[in-house]
Formats: sequence, C-alpha cells, structure tokens
Amino acid sequence: MSLSRTIETPNIDDALAVARPPRKHVLDLDDFSREEISEVLESARSMKEVLGRDIKKVPALRGRVIVTLFYEASTRTRISFEEAGKVLSADVINMSASGSSAEKGESLLNTGLTIQAMGVDTIVIRHPHSGAPYLLAQHLNKVSIINAGDGLHAHPTQALLDLYTVQDKLGVGGQGSDSQGADSRGSDSRGSDSMEGLKVVIVGDVLHSRVARSNIWGFAKMGAKVVLSGPNTLMPPDLLRSKGNIARSQIASMVEVDTNLDRAIEGADVVMALRLQQERQNAGFLPSLREYIRRWQVTDDRLAKAKPKAMVMHPGPMNEGIEISNSIAHGGSSVIEEQVTNGVAVRMALLYKLTIGAPE
Amino acid sequence: MQERLIMTQEDVRRALARVAHEILERNRGTDDLIIVGIHTRGVYLARRLAANLMEFEGVEVPVATLDISFYRDDLRARAPSKIQPTDIPMGIQDKRVILVDDVLYTGRTVRAALDALVDFGRPAQVQLAILLDRGHRELPIRADYVGQNLPTAIGERVKVRLIETDGIDEVALVIDDEIEEEELFEDLDLEEDDDE
Repeated sequence: MSLSRTIETPNIDDALAVARPPRKHVLDLDDFSREEISEVLESARSMKEVLGRDIKKVPALRGRVIVTLFYEASTRTRISFEEAGKVLSADVINMSASGSSAEKGESLLNTGLTIQAMGVDTIVIRHPHSGAPYLLAQHLNKVSIINAGDGLHAHPTQALLDLYTVQDKLGVGGQGSDSQGADSRGSDSRGSDSMEGLKVVIVGDVLHSRVARSNIWGFAKMGAKVVLSGPNTLMPPDLLRSKGNIARSQIASMVEVDTNLDRAIEGADVVMALRLQQERQNAGFLPSLREYIRRWQVTDDRLAKAKPKAMVMHPGPMNEGIEISNSIAHGGSSVIEEQVTNGVAVRMALLYKLTIGAPE
Repeated sequence: MQERLIMTQEDVRRALARVAHEILERNRGTDDLIIVGIHTRGVYLARRLAANLMEFEGVEVPVATLDISFYRDDLRARAPSKIQPTDIPMGIQDKRVILVDDVLYTGRTVRAALDALVDFGRPAQVQLAILLDRGHRELPIRADYVGQNLPTAIGERVKVRLIETDGIDEVALVIDDEIEEEELFEDLDLEEDDDE
C-alpha cells in the first residue's frame, strides 16, 4: 500500500503556487494562482510608468529576441506585443503565416524548431487551432511560449489586460504603493488585489470566444462573479456541463449563465461585449442578426440597469451597432481604449517575468 | 551566525544629520536640489535627509524614488524581484541630484541608477550619499557623502535595518560560521539586505 499521494490538496491552485518554479510559458490563466495574477498586474503598473515617460525605453531585455508568430490576422495583439518588447529593448521579429514557409507546407512544429535553432528567447504565437501553443511548449525546450490566442481555447494576455483595466478603474490593487510603502501594507489594502463581490457580465458569443474563456478563469480566480449572457446556442456547454474543465474546478461556483441580458446585467460592475463573429450567423447559431441586436446588444437602456459606475469593455475589433451600440462604444463608461493601452503594459510585465530569473 | 552591531539608532541619526549638513555646505544651500532614493531603503533614507534639510534650513527639497530593476546587468542571475514605483514628478533636467542608497558595495547598483536617471533628463550634477560604504568596488564609483566607512571581508554580509522596513534603526555585520555554499548565493542576491 505505498501510495504516492501523500499530500492532501483541497485546492490544486494553492498547492501549485507553493512549489512552482519560475514560470516558463504563458499558455492560459488556468494554471495561474491568484497570487501570480496579482503579481503580474502589479508589475504591469510599473510598466505603465515606463510607458508614460518621455523616453519610452528601458534596457531590461537588451539582447533578448522575441518572435511573434501569427497564423491569424491581428492588429492590436501583434502590435501590442511588438511595442512591449521594444520598450523593454528586446529585438522583436514579426512573422506571419502568409509569406513564410508555412505556405510551403512546413509544419508548426518544424517552424518552431527552426525559430528555436536561431537562438530566439520567446515565441508569441497566435494560431487558429486550439492547443497549438501547447504543442510548441511541449517540444521546444529552449524557448518560452506565450499564447496570443489559440483557436477557441484561450487568450490569456487579453484576460490579464482586462483584469488590469478593471483593477485600475476601480482603484483596487496596489496603487500608490509609494506613499504607503511595502511595509505599511495590510491595513487598508486588505484584499486589495481581489475582486471579491464584483459582478462581471460577459455578453455574446461565448461559445467561440477564447477571450471569454480566459476571462472566466481570470475574473473568477480573482473572486469576481462571472455571468455569461447571450443566445442559448452561443453559450458554452463544455464549460458548464459537469464534465467541463470549469465545472470541475474550484471556480465553478463563481460562473453562471443567464440568457436574459436585461436580467443578467442588473447590478453589474463590468459589462464585457464580445465580438459577434459574423461568420457564425450563417451556421445556424442565430435566428437573425436583428433578433440578436434586439436582445443582446449592449445599449444605454440596458447599461442603466447595471451599477451607476459600471464600465463597458470590448476586446476588439468591434462591430458597432451589433454587439455594442455606437453611443456605448464611445461613451463615458467605455474603457475600450484603456484596454488597448493597458495591453502593452501587461505584455511588458509578462515578457519581463519570463526572462528574469529564467534558467540559462 | 553572529552579528556585530556597527551603527546604533543614534549613530544612524547622527550620520544622517551630518550628511544633511554636508549636502548644504557643498551645494551652498538647497537651490535646484532634488533627492532621489533608490528602492527600497534608499527611499526612506532620502526622506529622512529631506526632513533634516527641512529642519536645518526650513526648505522643502523634493524627494523622488528610483527603481533600478530594468537597468541591472545581471538579470538572468536572480529570482524575479518586485519592481517598485519610479516616481520623479519634478524631473531632473538641470537639477543637482543627490542619489541615496543604504550600502555601497560593488558599485553596480549605482551604475544602474545612473543609467536609469539619465532616461529622465540631463541633471546638472549627480552626487551620491550612502549610509554605509563597505568597500570592494567593482566599478569606478565613489560616494560624495558617507555615513560610515566599514572595511569588510567579501564573505561578510551587512544588514541595514530601518524603522520603516524593519522596525529598528541599526547596521550590523553578519559573520557566517558555516559560509561557503550559502555565500555563493548571497553574493548574487541584491535583494538581500546586502543590497548595494
């Protein structure tokens, strides 16, 4: 009876957090503990200070090489990573599938091995197939992999920048730590990094949204309640059914579905509209676009039911007039531009974290 | 492991008072002066120097904070350290900057701090104030104001404790009995209190 399992681990995340070696990859938020998320967000705050300088450049990652490997179209994510790397003085090489040897049929793995052989330190990958970054992480032992969006699965850096934006707007998190000092912590910063009690409503095509999936993990781990709303056909059965990975995790109780947006949005602190991927319309997921707009568009009327200071987020690119009304998209409660700005800071924090203290 | 007390609370207070007077003397007052503390303990020492200047001259000298994480020359060698806020609201262009840290050792922290500073402008002058100079420089750097000089062996460690961070003001020399392997790591570890 020699059982290998000797440690009771009621909470897998806490157990992982204790003896975790320095992080090598960022593949999704499901293996981040609340502490690690907080650490990234705090570090992003320092990065934002750098972005506010006259000379936006620090030498931290001098001599490091980052490749952005994008098999899917992207403007903000790719540019955001490129800027993040360059502000930290890394050399950033952009590669997209079109125009590369992927067009000649080279496999993802061989492309990855080729890039690794060139002495690259970090690969930022976006790929239409869920799991592609994991394949690289498994087989490339000398580079760090950052998932910039894989299929329907995950988009962890987007979720982190969303978390950062919410913290920043609500004034939670370790702000003003200069005047308060690391030593005097504890009194008023109790739960400063948590989002306990917040209600986050994610609206729209959750089923096909990797942004939503990573955000569910992120917000729930930070203690927020996540309500998913949208047409039944676009709700994610795999996430909520008893066999889904969220249903089995300790965040299951933090996540619920309410297809009635007017009800779901009541008392919300954060309303996140997802892009309605138009190609889904013809695939039988929606009765009609008009009905979608009528029932699930984030509008002024609906937002009035949320908390007075509720913020509206959107990962972009937006279909204005479909999942979000024009007046909301550019209105006072929108933090959509802040999300973009914060994205650079958060990605800087991740690039820095993966490089510093990494094994040679 | 033993500790030898190098500076008591009174010693620290007197040293900081003297350094403040020296700053006034050398700069003939406080015009264009700005005090920049290097995280962590340098920041508290910078605030205390500013308080002294306030007391002696009745002038409020601005205090700024500097984190040098981005400018280190040994990034791979250490565990991730928390980046603390760099806050220089008044800028340093054409100012006389008093850079403040607790211990001066190899000089590498100061080298990094100088690099960090010039990203914020071109100061008229940079002067260095240090609570304790323990020798063993690896770079051509010296302090303009020194609280106390202390010749040390490389294997020894210096602990600077301040009320703000440690609840007490004192400087101690730590002598390890069974050094060796641990020491190898300590040398790399700027996060330890040996942190010059």
